[in-house]
Amino acid sequence: MIQLVDIHKSFGKQKVLDGLNLTVEEGKTTVIIGRSGGGKSVLLKHIIGLIRPDRGQVLVDGEDITLLNDKDLNEVRKKFGMLFQEAALFDSMNVAENVAFPLREHTKMSNEEIMDIVRNRLNAVGLSDVEEKMPSELSGGMRKRVGLARALAMQPQIILFDEPTTGLDPVMTEAINQLIIETQRAFNLTCVVISHDIQSVFEIGHRVAMLYEGRIIEYGTPEEVRASRNPVMVQFLAGSIEGPIQIL
Amino acid sequence: MNGPTATVERIGRIVLENVEELGRILLLFLSALSWMVRPPLKLHHILKQMEFVGVKSIFVVVLTGTFTGMVMALQGYHGFRMFAAESLVGSTVALGMTRELGPVLTSLMVTARAGSAMAAELGTMRVTEQIDALAVMAVNPVKHLIVPRLIAGVLMVPLLTVVSDFMGILGGYFVGVHILNINSGAFMKNIFKYVTLGDIYNGLAKAACFGLLMSLIGCYKGFNTRGGAEGVGRATTEAVVLASISILVSDYILTAIMF
Ligand SMILES: Nc1ncnc2c1ncn2[C@@H]1O[C@H](COP(=O)(O)OP(=O)(O)OP(=O)(O)O)[C@@H](O)[C@H]1O
Ligand SMILES: [Mg+2]
Repeated sequence: MIQLVDIHKSFGKQKVLDGLNLTVEEGKTTVIIGRSGGGKSVLLKHIIGLIRPDRGQVLVDGEDITLLNDKDLNEVRKKFGMLFQEAALFDSMNVAENVAFPLREHTKMSNEEIMDIVRNRLNAVGLSDVEEKMPSELSGGMRKRVGLARALAMQPQIILFDEPTTGLDPVMTEAINQLIIETQRAFNLTCVVISHDIQSVFEIGHRVAMLYEGRIIEYGTPEEVRASRNPVMVQFLAGSIEGPIQIL
Repeated sequence: MNGPTATVERIGRIVLENVEELGRILLLFLSALSWMVRPPLKLHHILKQMEFVGVKSIFVVVLTGTFTGMVMALQGYHGFRMFAAESLVGSTVALGMTRELGPVLTSLMVTARAGSAMAAELGTMRVTEQIDALAVMAVNPVKHLIVPRLIAGVLMVPLLTVVSDFMGILGGYFVGVHILNINSGAFMKNIFKYVTLGDIYNGLAKAACFGLLMSLIGCYKGFNTRGGAEGVGRATTEAVVLASISILVSDYILTAIMF
């Protein structure tokens, strides 16, 4: 279980998270939605200790990771996999080595075993014959899927996805959603997914959390959230320009 | 606020910023040291950096070393001829190269080639979140990226300095003996008479310090890059400038201590 307790985070004068509370239930998929630039990626980076809050606690299985040193934080991170919004592939390595990287670092598997897993994960995200390519030779959507394959390589207990389907065509979006649902179910994973795609949100989420002005203003099952009368929520789901969410 | 108060305040702030940066560089160094003694160290990462810093710098180092030795011989010759002491050209070149010019010129060349590349590479990795990706995969970025570069810097710059020293003396010999017709026996005899092993060792010790400074500053600037392609460019420039200044200043300090 992951708990964020009263998280405050500012960059300079800009307050991004303002007393945010969120509990991510174990073995469930929690989807975080919210306006662009609202702090979703920043929130995700708090969960894995890439950003430390100005104030507040991040509890992973009861342990406050904001207090850990580099070495202990490393141990906690072994439970996690993460897909970055821009994939963050290592551009000095080809696709296969990118996916193999965590396996080479943390396991004693033979090269054949590793390459088997690499092919398996790449096939799962709908990629084949790209092993030898460099990240710079891939399209944006392909890069994202390689990032996804890398996040899944180690079979972590908790996976954080920053917009896994943004930039993919409708068919591929559906395929990735199915992949997330199946993997989550098969290994009873805890998943946190950021998504802008309303259809995907309700398809893969067991819980949906709406981030607005630095706090979670709405949290619940997809049905509960869809039935919400909160004007912010209503406007967001309808995608309407009229409402409390200001464009400027 | 105006006049002298504002000026004092500005100077104070600049001093504070620099002291703070120095502290952060030192902290990075200590953190790298603590990861250096924690196994496992990946040998192939270190070898790859040693190849990049060392092997790929040989050409520029040979070139600078040779021409420096040659020009020193040429300059020295005109000076010493006034005292009919042309045979001292050899020992002057050899002393100058081993004590001073070998280590300094080599590390400046390596800074321009490898230190800048370290800043640019790590800077790009920072702004494209590759360093965060490493951390997320439970691989410590300091250990994975910085430790191999520091080791490569400390080991390879002295080795390159040996090459530079040797080429400088060879260049000096060529100009002195073959062009300026200094007696070859006297040229060599004076080298062995005046240059001690201590001169060479001290020069190499300096080179090791410069190699550390070069890679530490390159890594620090790259590691702390902010803000896209422009930030990477800024980090690279700052790394080269700061490393070069640090090498020259520390050269004076080390020389004052050693000789
Ligand atoms: N490292 C940083 N330094 C300074 N400001 C930052 C940093 N990271 C994020 N921000 C700011 O925090 C705010 C939230 O950014 P974040 O990336 O979390 O948005 P987001 O909700 O993920 O948006 P999107 O849906 O477009 O990805 C932005 O205004 C951004 O400018
Ligand atoms: Mg984002």
